Amino acid sequence: MDLRLTDEELAFRDEVRAFFRQALPAGIRGRLEAGHHPTRDDIVTWQRILNAEGWAVPHWPVEWGGTGWSPVKQYIFMEEMQMAPAPQPLQFGVSMVGPVIYTFGSEAQKRRFLPRIANIDDWWCQGFSEPGAGSDLASLKTRAERQGDVYVVNGQKTWTTLAQHADWIFCLVRTDPAAKKQMGISFLLIDMKTPGITVRPIQTIDGGCEVNEVFFDDVRVPAENLVGEENKGWDYAKFLLGNERVGIARVGVSKERIRRIKQLAAIEQAGGRPLIEDRRFREKLAAVEIELKALEITQMRVVAAEGKRAPGKPDPASSVLKIKGSELQQATTELLMDVIGPYALPYDPHEEGANEEPILEDWAATIAPSYFNNRKVSIYGGSNEIQKNIIAKAVLGL
Amino acid sequence: MDFDLTDEQRLLKDSVEKMLADAYDFEARKRIVASGQGFSPEIWASFAELGLLGLPFAEEHGGFGAGPVETMIVMEAFGGALVVEPYLATVILGGGLVRHAGSPAQQSAILPAVAAGERRLAFAHAERQARYDLFDVETAARRDGDGWTINGRKGLVLGGDTADTLVVSARTAGASRDRHGIGLFVVDADAPGVARRGYPTQDGARAAEITLENVRVEAGAVLGDPAGALPVIERVVEEAIAALCAEAVGAMESALASTVEYLKTRQQFGTPIGAFQALQHRAADMLVALEQARSMALFATMMAGAADPRERRAAISGAKVQVGRSARFIGQQAIQLHGGVGMTMEFRIGHVFKRLTMIDTLFGDADHHLALAAEAGGLINA
Ligand SMILES: Cc1cc2nc3c(=O)[nH]c(=O)nc-3n(C[C@H](O)[C@H](O)[C@H](O)COP(=O)(O)OP(=O)(O)OC[C@H]3O[C@@H](n4cnc5c(N)ncnc54)[C@H](O)[C@@H]3O)c2cc1C
Repeated sequence: MDLRLTDEELAFRDEVRAFFRQALPAGIRGRLEAGHHPTRDDIVTWQRILNAEGWAVPHWPVEWGGTGWSPVKQYIFMEEMQMAPAPQPLQFGVSMVGPVIYTFGSEAQKRRFLPRIANIDDWWCQGFSEPGAGSDLASLKTRAERQGDVYVVNGQKTWTTLAQHADWIFCLVRTDPAAKKQMGISFLLIDMKTPGITVRPIQTIDGGCEVNEVFFDDVRVPAENLVGEENKGWDYAKFLLGNERVGIARVGVSKERIRRIKQLAAIEQAGGRPLIEDRRFREKLAAVEIELKALEITQMRVVAAEGKRAPGKPDPASSVLKIKGSELQQATTELLMDVIGPYALPYDPHEEGANEEPILEDWAATIAPSYFNNRKVSIYGGSNEIQKNIIAKAVLGL
Repeated sequence: MDFDLTDEQRLLKDSVEKMLADAYDFEARKRIVASGQGFSPEIWASFAELGLLGLPFAEEHGGFGAGPVETMIVMEAFGGALVVEPYLATVILGGGLVRHAGSPAQQSAILPAVAAGERRLAFAHAERQARYDLFDVETAARRDGDGWTINGRKGLVLGGDTADTLVVSARTAGASRDRHGIGLFVVDADAPGVARRGYPTQDGARAAEITLENVRVEAGAVLGDPAGALPVIERVVEEAIAALCAEAVGAMESALASTVEYLKTRQQFGTPIGAFQALQHRAADMLVALEQARSMALFATMMAGAADPRERRAAISGAKVQVGRSARFIGQQAIQLHGGVGMTMEFRIGHVFKRLTMIDTLFGDADHHLALAAEAGGLINA
């Protein structure tokens, strides 16, 4: 047993780190270091740099652009990227619909979509949730009716992240309204330019616009855009959601935030000296670091066991990683609130072209919005309550 | 022991709540926030009409001579309706400083106009380096003939961008973190040398960063002892903390009410989500947190005027800690139990969460006051 990385893994980490240091554009790094979301262009620019290096989709099969790295190396790569800090390649494409297509899609779909996903020539979004179908996703109502060689889609999706930039949306739709809940659902790929689609932005409490409602009004989708078999969509969706085991805890994101907390607490004054010298603050910070270290090791245990796992056996790992990972992402944003203290108050979004001087330093202005925004991480991707239900039922047998 | 309101207090509570129910629903609030002014002139006029703007002032100054319980009643109602108007800034902070430190002449010159709704005040005190230390003041006032010249920068001035009159703290003696040597000055907000940068706050109100450059005031502008204002600043801030605790209780109550309502109406898995015991227990925990906060807000109200400063400080800090912790828990859980809709600007609950978050950062967060409560020797005399 050895918790340390091997020499080869260490050499790999150094190689990746050096690449990120040299290849990540300074503007992108600066925005992320100051706590901003990456822009659309940031995500595209960076993913294309990675793709040119052959690193946009390491976890994919080699024939479609994967690198063949071990799970440990993939993990190192992802964590180094989060700590760079660089934007992650667009998850809806590379981690969600991509794997569904190469696992269940037709040859034509693979050839058509996979290279464009890797190079982010198509921006994908995820159309699962509906107003009436959140935690109870299987109650979704968006209807797709087969008429000759098209499906006619009617209904509404919601909380669709970054749909405002999307070229394509992958949707769960109901193709057999008579079948039992999970049985009548299909997985459909829909071109966002198709007539009958309307996107309406939803503003979130931090002032941002990252989610949308997407309405479908007699949208005609070629039947060839069905993935796999009709009425088997629920299986593909379960595969998709179960796939996110490794990235879900976002340990690298929290580590990067700890770095920022330390850096900023050395600048901010409290009691006439830097906040970082305050014992109570350091203890609070250490408490979060301890939990994060534990999560990192848990994560490494999961990564090391990947591949040795008996398929189909319920495994608490994803739920443990999701619960603790989201709690720690939130705890680190709370620590940043402690760092900025009373100066969390101004709402100062630094809009481009604004003619007034900003009130706060760029890094300070993002702190309260990011605390507000991160409340989402315990809600989406299967809320923490749902994760606890899974642990209690499927793992503990209660 | 008696926790009941008097008939007059009940009347006050009913009339404030009725006014807010009629004129301050979520849509009305949205319009006020969007106006960029930080308040609605009509609402401000109704506050004056109801006597709220002079509530704690003496009758000779157009007030009611009311005590902390009345302030608590008003602030709790404001919290429930998420009122953004600068009531705390004008009546509790600005008005409080004039009331406690001003000469009879200064009081008659300022307070009646405030009570009538014709003048808004703001307290320009905080500075960026000070964090939560009330004695950390670098802004300086120099004697200049008969009067004073003030130079410095003030921040997070609640209601500072639309106030007519500022009460500015400035150092007349000593080093920047000395307790002695701080004075209070009444400054016309449009005086030459005063530059205000107003902005919206995270919770929908307004504040300002203020630069004072060679601002000249007359000798008569000093409130009280030009080098000994810290005790009065502390006292007024303690009253403001008690008021904020009451406001937070109103906001927490409203967060719990909307969450419970949502649990009863939102359907998932073929049943209202309130049928899930995990969520029932969470809502029950929210209620426990609310009641703990309510008790400490009452305690703060009762103790805000207490004679013994150590006891008073421990009580006020204790209340701010409890309220801060309850507010964080209730605010976060309210969002969580609303799921995605809790994350949106369109729904009210996110705005309650943001106000609760910001109340914690005003005049010292829970960590800051925990340290003060410990230094004051705790709260249980056993
Ligand atoms: C910022 C953001 C981005 C998102 N992006 C996307 C996206 O791109 N694509 C997409 O399809 N979806 C997206 N979602 C939707 C997300 O997956 C849902 O919000 C989530 O599934 C919860 O559903 P809901 O919001 O309807 O809440 P509800 O399901 O109504 O839940 C409300 C509350 O009840 C609890 N609850 C529900 N059922 C149970 C139970 N059985 N036991 C105990 N507690 C329960 C929940 O945990 C929650 O606290 C996003 C959401 C957010 C907030």
